[in-house]
Order: sequence, then structure tokens, then C-alpha cells
Amino acid sequence: MFPANFGYVAARSVEEATELLAKYGEEAKLLAGGHSLIPAMKLRLASPRHLIDLGRVPGLSGIKVDGETLSIGALTVHADVASSDLARHRLPGLAEAASVIGDVQVRNRGTIGGSVAHADPAADFPVILTALDASFVLQGRFGRRTVAAPDFFLDFYTTALAPDEVLTEIRVPLPSSGSGTAYAKLPHPASGYVVVSAAALVVRDPSGRCVSAAVAIGGMGSRPQRAAATEASLHGQPLTPEVIAAAAAKASEGTDPESDLYASADYKRHIATVYARQAIETAASRK
Amino acid sequence: MTTQRAPSGLIGASIRRVEDPLLVTGKGCYVDDIQLPGMLHIAFLRSPYPHAKIISIDTAAAKAMPGVVAVLTGDDLSEHLKVPVPSIVRGMKIPPQPVLARGAVHAAGAPVAVVAAESRALAEDATSAIEVEYESLPAVADAEKALEPGAPLAHEEFDSNVCYTVTKKGGDVDQAFAAAEHVVRMHIASPRLVAMALEPRGVLASPEPMGQGLTVWLSTQGPHRARADLATGLGFPEHKIRVIAPDIGGAFGSKGPLYREYIVAAHLALKLGRPVKWISTRSEDFLTTNQGRDQAMTSELALKRDGTMIGLKVRVAANLGAYLQSNTAGPPQRMMAMAPGCYQIRNCHVEVVAVFTNTVSTGPYRGAGRPESVLNIERLVDKAAADLGIDRLEIRRKNFIRPEQFPYKTGVGVEYDSGDYGRSLDEALRLSNYDELIRQRDQARKRGELVGVGISTFVEPSGGAGFESGAVRVERTGVITVLTGSSSHGQGHETAFAQVAAEKLRVSMDQVAIRHGDTLAVQQGVGTFGSRSAVMGGGALAVAVDRIVEKARRIAAHLLEAAPEDIVQADGGFAVTGVPEKKVTWRQVAGAAYGRLPKGMEPGLQETVFFDPKREAWGFGAHVALVRIDRETGSPTLEKLVLVDDCGVIINPMLVEGQVHGGVAQGLGEAFREQMLYGDDGEALTGSLMNYAVPRASDMPPLVLGETVTPNPFHPLGVKGVGEAGCNGAPPAVANAVMDALAPLGIDHIDMPYTAPKLWEAIRQAESKKRS
Repeated sequence: MFPANFGYVAARSVEEATELLAKYGEEAKLLAGGHSLIPAMKLRLASPRHLIDLGRVPGLSGIKVDGETLSIGALTVHADVASSDLARHRLPGLAEAASVIGDVQVRNRGTIGGSVAHADPAADFPVILTALDASFVLQGRFGRRTVAAPDFFLDFYTTALAPDEVLTEIRVPLPSSGSGTAYAKLPHPASGYVVVSAAALVVRDPSGRCVSAAVAIGGMGSRPQRAAATEASLHGQPLTPEVIAAAAAKASEGTDPESDLYASADYKRHIATVYARQAIETAASRK
Repeated sequence: MTTQRAPSGLIGASIRRVEDPLLVTGKGCYVDDIQLPGMLHIAFLRSPYPHAKIISIDTAAAKAMPGVVAVLTGDDLSEHLKVPVPSIVRGMKIPPQPVLARGAVHAAGAPVAVVAAESRALAEDATSAIEVEYESLPAVADAEKALEPGAPLAHEEFDSNVCYTVTKKGGDVDQAFAAAEHVVRMHIASPRLVAMALEPRGVLASPEPMGQGLTVWLSTQGPHRARADLATGLGFPEHKIRVIAPDIGGAFGSKGPLYREYIVAAHLALKLGRPVKWISTRSEDFLTTNQGRDQAMTSELALKRDGTMIGLKVRVAANLGAYLQSNTAGPPQRMMAMAPGCYQIRNCHVEVVAVFTNTVSTGPYRGAGRPESVLNIERLVDKAAADLGIDRLEIRRKNFIRPEQFPYKTGVGVEYDSGDYGRSLDEALRLSNYDELIRQRDQARKRGELVGVGISTFVEPSGGAGFESGAVRVERTGVITVLTGSSSHGQGHETAFAQVAAEKLRVSMDQVAIRHGDTLAVQQGVGTFGSRSAVMGGGALAVAVDRIVEKARRIAAHLLEAAPEDIVQADGGFAVTGVPEKKVTWRQVAGAAYGRLPKGMEPGLQETVFFDPKREAWGFGAHVALVRIDRETGSPTLEKLVLVDDCGVIINPMLVEGQVHGGVAQGLGEAFREQMLYGDDGEALTGSLMNYAVPRASDMPPLVLGETVTPNPFHPLGVKGVGEAGCNGAPPAVANAVMDALAPLGIDHIDMPYTAPKLWEAIRQAESKKRS
């Protein structure tokens, strides 16, 4: 189908975009890669009256190191995250997550900012970014603020972004040496979206003992969830297969996934433990 | 260039498709590529309800919108506008088929109103301005539930949901079951599938100036049948309609019938005097295009203790959906011809109950009743082998129709032309290294892994469905035009038929042009479906070429001043036998044919043949699958698939291979991923590519292809069809492999598709049963 009629403005700066957002209010949507928004508009699930295109705003894409943080511009496309040497060497779990989103076309057009701002509970980036304790830089008309992942992803398709704010940057703390990251995903056979996924950040001491671990699970609810019981079980332990398996077995604790046409809630709870184990094992094997 | 190679040996050569350079460089021309001046676009407002009364429709706001030229509802159209549905079974019920709903809708997606506007976007905008008030009615989606007493009626005017019941009996089934030493009973369901052509359906109808006629570009598998149905459905004379099938982006059976949108488009084109285009969206295709399978089989196989099969009972509940397309009633009847498969089962009773539900209509989808039949018998045979403790190879070999028994009349009264089922099975075993697979499976089993090997042996009937036409015309300059009624939609007719004509005429392929898909150019024809083109179109072509050669031989004799019996074919023309330098070219023969001929000889060099062998061609094959199931996740992996197909004489091995690959891809889709689901109330639950899982290239396992060649003794080229071999044989081989893998857990049947969550659940339940 064709989208309903809409107006189009190409913003030239973030400031202009925030002014336009303020002017049009709920009738406006920001357009980045468009790979979630345009299909929704074609199905008339979304009918914004105005599209504010961020594509021509300079300086919003690219990956760079900023102190102890990896700074990713909101308009960076998935393919660039997946192939970034910085990401692959310092945060391989992040590159992994980017590489399994959608298909080649989606990865070449879809943006990390668009993905996290859309906050689809079946998306990949929110899960890995939750495990990596990323934060999100939001710019409004009257200033900028930085929001941590747990406070950013609020509910189904709902984030901390105010109506006049633009997400400009994703900041990911660079883990210390001796840590590893990984992402493992069960994709839906039709859509390729997450049925269940798991992301892990494991920090070890020189003896191989786990100093800290962050494990996030996707597909189990309205937003990514940290597997607190799993993390606690790993803490201070040697990262043996037995320890990892026992910890991963707790990955579904406190989750309440919904059954759908493809997978039952029981299957999701079970498979979360399998993917959590895979993600932790892979993260623990990375230097 | 491959097309310039010598004519001898063309039949049987892997020649690259002459169609492809245009298609792969984006120069194909599909219906939506055609733009005509003054063209209008139409969009349909469709019912969101599976079953409802229409209380009122208000089109005033839509009519007032700028760019809107017409808004019509069922009440605005003559009752004569309807989808023509032939009564192919005596007494079958045919529900009213208005092209726009009148008073009620019986499936979600039924068109309630149409808007014609200056652009598609305007037409879609206007449909959302139409107000319809519905009163929802009880609906039913599942065929077996629709047969239960008290089930909601899909069509309120009928007293039951049964469209028709047919039975086929052979031998004495009661006696066979009374004498049985073992009876296998199974309930086997084939999932409902979406045909999913890359190009959705589409039509462009254009009135000729002065009201003389109508030209219709249609994404169809059979332009002549579409023209006749359009004439009937529209009430417009057939001979004033020209139907053109341009490039078609896949069909798989779903583009056989004349759908109601086409009649609406043609009607509006005539009424408004402007070209009218409609292209289906993917969402509309999910709601309106014939889907496939959705048959539930309740079956019993009677055996002697030694594995001899003596009787077979099959009851099919086939889901037809709500509205019949012209070919909806056909596929369920396949079981009546195919139930016994490759086996000598003399006593058979097949009953087919075809059922209305409030779902999308079903119809032929690659296989069209064949895969259901093969699945049914091959699962029964594997279960019989397991029950009786007989090796599954042995039980098959013991019951195969033997090569010397052909032509063989089966237990359901159908005559198979030829076959050697043991040989194709042996070849599949050899190519798969079967004994080694079994050894690996047994070792894996000892380690607690779930690994299974599955076999299917099957027949694939092809051809049939009446006649096909072929015309061969030698033009004045000696080049050859072939007109075939077998309209191609991706199969490679232009390559394969050129190979046949060129070899038989002893010219190079570039001297032959294959034309099809235009009712103004091509004599009456039937079309491409049911693996029929090589058999039917190829047969017509072969006979027409033979007749041309005979007439040309007499002309050559005249030119060479020799007796016709002394004239032989030579490369590029004819020569006097034993005197190769005394020769004439096709150009010279054609010159004479259209110039000076001896007295009594009719000018021209053209032959038209309507070919009807009065029987189907029975290809066959044997497939072997190796499946591993991850115990922890239920995830299945097809580690090996070996496919041996026998389609008689092969015209182009590369095209055959392509057909097998395509059929296997769709067969594996059925086995592992695809299923169109409806809620109990008829709501489509998987109506988009977000939740209906189509196999992708990356999902294909490595394939090992093999062949045996058993020529068809009743065909001028010795060919049989192969288009549906892959989707017939692969799913039951996979099903048998999955069940073999799960056999140690005591699981004896699960219906396709074998998704990881489904297998995991079955494994979990079996393990907990074992523990308790």
C-alpha cells in the first residue's frame, strides 16, 4: 500500500529538528533510516502528518573513541557498526548484534539511533546496549541530557525521549582488559526479529575468575531485562562450563514472556537459558 | 553462443536459458511495467470480517474526493458479473460469486467496494473514506471442525459446509481389512501454504477505441482460459478480447484462475472508456490469492504380517475456503488417482470430503494434491515397517509395482505408463551412501543424539488437463516461428521448446522463435500448470514439427527433382539420400512454399496440432534425507538431501535441475517453516511476511541430485513432467527422517512444519512421559 499523505522536511541541524518537533508535536516523526517507520506507514499503522528527515544533518554518524567510551553517532548504519574495527576489537558483542539485524538492505540503511528510539522489544541493539550499560544522549530545545539504558528503554516502543528531543549519540563504556562481550540470538524464521536473545559482558581477573558480569535478555517482555540471578551466580566464580551453565539456567528468572504463534512462553523461558549460556561462554572465551 | 551450436544433440543438452539475459538485466516487462495514457488505478475496500452481513455502505465521502473517478459496490453492478466456476463434480455446491460482495462477506479480504482514481495512492485514500457497517456472523476456519454437527455455516444458504463428497473404490476393501494381520491407522495433516509468487497478481485492462474490443494484460498461467472466463464473467464476447500474459514473476498454480478483481478491472475499463490497472499488494495476496494444501487425511493401511500391503482406506477432509475459484475443487481429488503411490495395493477406498470454511480459497499450489497423497502413503508405509519390524527398504521393494507390470492399472483404476521404482530407490541409496548414513545414525543414537534417516518413494503424474496446442510456421526466409498454447511463467519454454524444434528441424536454435502468452497471436491453448508443459506443449510441438518436415520433404523433392522417399533431412534443410551435395535449405523450401509449388500442393508451410495423449505421464523418484535435531532446542538441521528423479527423456538437464531445486525449496518450506494459520473464527494470523516464514536461499541445504531415465512409451518425445517432483518427494522424506530421529523417544507422528519450538515440545513431553 501507499502511506497516507504526509509533509516532508529535511532538517539541517539537530536544533532545527528539535524546533520542528516542538512545532508539529505528535503529528511529526523523525526519519532516520526509515526501515521501521516506512513499512509501518505503508501499512498505515503509522500516519504521521510530517516527517522530519535527519539524513542531511551533519555529524550524526560515525564511531569513535572518546576517553573510556565508544561514541556512536545516532545515524550510524548497522552495517557500519558490524564492520567497525573499533567495535569488533573492543566490543565484539556489539558488532555481532549489528551483523544479525534484518538483512543486508536493512543493515545498509537502518540506523542504530532509529533502532533504539523505536524500542521494538524484538530488536537487537537494545539488548546488547543494556548489557553494555550504554547511555543515550538526548538533545532538546533547551539542552542536552544523558540517560542510562535502564532509564531509556521504558516499555513496548516507548523510551525516555521527550516529544521534542532528538537522540544524537549512543555512548558505550569500553570494558577493561580481561573482559569479553557476546551476543546470541534466536531469530524468528519469518521476520528475522528476536524471538529470544542474550547479550553478555564478562570481566575476569588474571586468574580467570569472574569479577563482574552483565547479562541482558531480549524477547521476554516489553524491554530488555538484566538477568540478575545469572549475574550474581557468576560473580567471583571461575568461568568453568559448569558454573556458566548453572548461572545461565537462572536467566529466565523473573521474566514473564508471552506465548506467540511461533514459540510458547515455556520455550522462550527455556531457550533464554540456552542463549544466555552461549553468550556467556563466548564472552568468557574472548580476550 | 550456445544457441548457435549444431542442431544434433540439442535435446538433452544443458543449454542456458535464452530468457535470462533480459530478466537479469532488469529488462523484463511485467504487468506493472506497462503504462498507458489515461490509465486509471483501482483499489479495493476489503472485509476485515471472516463472515458478516453488510448492513450499509456509505461511499459519498469517497466519491467526493479529488481524483476519484468512480466508486462502486456490489449493488452498483449487474448480477451477471461473477466469477465463473465450472461444476467439476456432480452436485457440488457453488456459492454465489459476485465480483463485489452483495449483502454478506464469507472471508476476510472479500472485496466490498472498488475505487477508480487517477493514481493508486488516491484510490487507496478513498477506500479508507468508505464507511461500512457489518454485523459479524459465526465463522469456521478448520475443515474437520466445519464437518462437526452444529459447526457454524460458512455460507448460511447451505445446509452444511460440504461442497462435495466423492469416493473411489477398487477391489474388495472390506475383505482385505477382514483378512489383515496388521492395520496401520494414522491422521496426517498437510499445512496450509501460501504460493508467494515474487510478483503479486495484477491486471491492466484497456478498451480499444470505438468500443470494438478489450485488451487485457494479465499475470496468468493460461491466457486462453482467462479470456474465456473473462468473456463469461463479464458478458463480453470472447473473440473481441485479447489477453496478453507478459513476463510473469512466478505463479506456482496460484495464477491459474480468473480472479474477481480482473473482472472488475475489465468492467470499469469498458464502463469508463479508460485503461484500468490493479496490482495486488502483498497483504492483499495473503488474503485473496489461492492458497495450497490444507488437507487432513484419516488413513488405514491393511497388511499381512510379512509386510504385503493388501488394503488402503483414505478419508480426506479438504479445506476449500469460502469462495471457489475455477480450480479450487480440483486438488483434493488427486488422492483418488494417487492414493496407492508406487505400491501394488489392489483394494482401495478413497473418500474426499471438500469443505467450505471462512478462509481464503485454496487451489492448485505446486503439487496440487500430489504432495498430500505422497505424504499420506509414505508415512503409512514407514509406520507399517516400524510396527511390523520390517526394514523400510524391504517393505517398499516387496510392494513396488514391478517394471515388467507396466503399463499397470492401480488399485484405484489409474494406468501408470512406465516405471522402475526399485532402480530409482537403489540409485538414491547409492548416491546417499545409505548404509553409511544408517551407521552414523546408529552411532549418534548411542550417544543420545537425535538423528534420523528418511526415505520417500513416489510417483508424479504430469500432463493431463485436456489438450495443448502447438503451431510451427516456417517463415518466408526459412526461419521458424513456434506458437505454443503452453504459456510460460518462468519455466524456460523459450529455451526447451527451441531445443526440440531446432533438433527436429536440423537448424540452430537462433533460427527458432518460441512465441506464447498472447491470444491474438497464438491458437487456442490451455496453459502451464501441473508439470504439463514438456509433456503437453512439447508433445504438440513435436507432432507439428513432424508434419512440417513431411510437407517440406515433398517440396524439397520437387526442388531437387527427386522422389520424396529419397529425401532426407540434413543440417539446415534437406538432401538427396546418398548425394549430400544435392541439397536445399529451409529458406529455399520456404521460398517455394510461399511461391511456386507444383499443381495440387497447397501453399504455405505451417502446421497446428492439438495434442491430447488421453493419459497422464507418471514420473517417479526416490528421495533420502538425513536430519539432526538438537535435543536442547528442538532445532532441526537437514544435513543431507539426495533426490533421484525420473522424468523420462530429459530435454534440458539444467532446466530439470532448476525445477527440482525450486520444488525442493518449496517442499522444505512446507516441511520446516511455512504454515498459514487462522484463528478459530477465521481471522488470518500469519498474513504477512513478518510471521509467515518463506524459505530463503540461505535456508537451502546442499542437495545431491541424481536421475534415472525411463522413457515415456506413450509420448513422441518420451518425456514426463518434473515441475512438482521436488515438493512431492522431499517433504515425506524429511517427515520420515524427523520421525526416525524421534523414534527412540517413542514419538510416532508429528505433522509438518517441523519448527524448533514444536519439536522441542514433543521431545519434552515424550521425555516426561518416559520418566513417569
